[in-house]
Amino acid sequence: MQNPTFEIKAMRASYGAKEVLKGIDINILSNSVTAIIGPSGCGKSTFIRSLNRINDLIPNFHASGDILYRGEDIYSGDVDVVDLRRRIGMVFQKPNPFPKSIYDNIAYVLRVHGFDMREMIDEIVEKSLRKAALWDEVKDNLKQNALTLSGGQQQRLCIARTLAIEPEVLLFDEPCSALDPISTAKVEELIHQLKQNYTIVIVTHNMQQAARVSDHSAFFLMGELIEFGKTQDIFTKPVDARTEAYITGRFG
Amino acid sequence: MRKFKEFIIEKLILICGIASIFFVALIFLFLLKEGLAVFNIVSPFQFLFGKSWYPISDPPQLGILPLILGSLLVTLGAAIISIPIGVGCAIYIAEVAPLKIKEVLKAGIELLAAIPSVVLGFIGMVTLVPLVKNIFHLPTGLTALSGSIMLAFMAMPTIVSIAEDALYSVPKNYKEGAFALGATHWQTIYRVMLPAASSGILAAVMLGIGRVIGETMAVMMITGNAAVLPQSIFVPVRTLTATIAAEMGEAVVGGEHYFALFAIGIVLFIISFAINVTADFFLHKRQ
Ligand SMILES: Nc1ncnc2c1ncn2[C@@H]1O[C@H](COP(=O)(O)OP(=O)(O)O)[C@@H](O)[C@H]1O
Ligand SMILES: [Mg+2]
Repeated sequence: MQNPTFEIKAMRASYGAKEVLKGIDINILSNSVTAIIGPSGCGKSTFIRSLNRINDLIPNFHASGDILYRGEDIYSGDVDVVDLRRRIGMVFQKPNPFPKSIYDNIAYVLRVHGFDMREMIDEIVEKSLRKAALWDEVKDNLKQNALTLSGGQQQRLCIARTLAIEPEVLLFDEPCSALDPISTAKVEELIHQLKQNYTIVIVTHNMQQAARVSDHSAFFLMGELIEFGKTQDIFTKPVDARTEAYITGRFG
Repeated sequence: MRKFKEFIIEKLILICGIASIFFVALIFLFLLKEGLAVFNIVSPFQFLFGKSWYPISDPPQLGILPLILGSLLVTLGAAIISIPIGVGCAIYIAEVAPLKIKEVLKAGIELLAAIPSVVLGFIGMVTLVPLVKNIFHLPTGLTALSGSIMLAFMAMPTIVSIAEDALYSVPKNYKEGAFALGATHWQTIYRVMLPAASSGILAAVMLGIGRVIGETMAVMMITGNAAVLPQSIFVPVRTLTATIAAEMGEAVVGGEHYFALFAIGIVLFIISFAINVTADFFLHKRQ
């Protein structure tokens, strides 16, 4: 069995004095989809946002414990956070394309990372949009403002933008919660395809979604990891009574 | 009875509303009536582009080109100084400064805005004017440059506070998005935040400049007030506003000079109005 992408031991996280993750131990396996499930407020977003250190933007946020990415402690002093975030892509709950054209949303990212040849940028824009299953819908309107796209298209543009810089991991924080069922199905299909090349972590509080897209599931409750295992096992024979209560819809 | 009360209150408010519009219209009409009379003596072209302003010679020469250029020069100089510093300061406050410094800076900016312009002018006169004179070895420090520097200080608070507001209102998720894509802080500011806030920043700049164009007291005190075509920024100039303020007292009511000063008022009014409309346009585009 291959090495885990993330090895997390005794991870704690807090906002000011409020501790929201209380000692999480989990291994995230390579080239598989790991779903994080649990009722809202249990710390799912905090967890996933710690993995690419985007939570550093929140002034009073603090994380401790071991969070090893490919064996390297990402919270140690000498990690290049900017590079880390390039390698660990993230798609947010609310689609957040920049108020620029579809083309520029992707080209911007490429320019930030030092690409400046026009043909190369054109090529990657097309490739990323194809990977995100958006190319056919927008290929004639690349100059159109991204904010005029539908929510589902915006979200796929955000995925394309992330794919453009070839990350190693994709983090999704409830990527479909703002989308209609058809867009949701498209994004799920996309995640299914991306799985072959990426390690994926997806937060969702839609149980069916977790069951459909993930290989492993982790159930969080009030800042603790209650149960972690193969998605099939979690959904068919949960060990912990609280997990069972949650997946059968008795709370949350 | 209650209905009657409502009725009265409603009407009173209506009257207040109408009154304010009415007064503005009245002022504008008065300005037009007194100002347009000057065109019985000089043609609008001669007035706007005439190179000499000798209102009390005989016959009077009423060309305001030196004054227009004086205003433009001082304003342009103030803009060149205040826009980069003001926007830079706004970026620092909105994005970079730690919370404590941020509050101190914001308070400082507000304080700067609260200093009466005559006080600023006075301080400029005793500190800035000799400094400019010595640095550039000029016969006098009362120059367009001194005026520009002084006015830059007056434009800065407006520019900083509105631009900071514009940056602050950029949705947080744009910033998160850029960071999550591996952009550095500066790349995020430069390529995402600034473009997203651009219309608000433009409005800030326009309003800052609007304040500068209308400013009178400080400019009158430190620009030297020579109504000649300015050849450089190191010579004394006179602005439109300073001309009105300085000469209104001595102009004979109903005389040519008097009408000419009102016509200058119309020119100023049109310039300010245009600037405000532009600023408004950018502010609304933002929403
Ligand atoms: N920026 C923040 N500041 C303070 N508390 C926060 C912040 N973000 C989240 N929290 C708190 O942390 C807890 C976990 O939140 P979150 O990780 O967003 O949960 P989830 O994504 O599972 O709904 C909640 O109690 C929430 O109120
Ligand atoms: Mg969440």
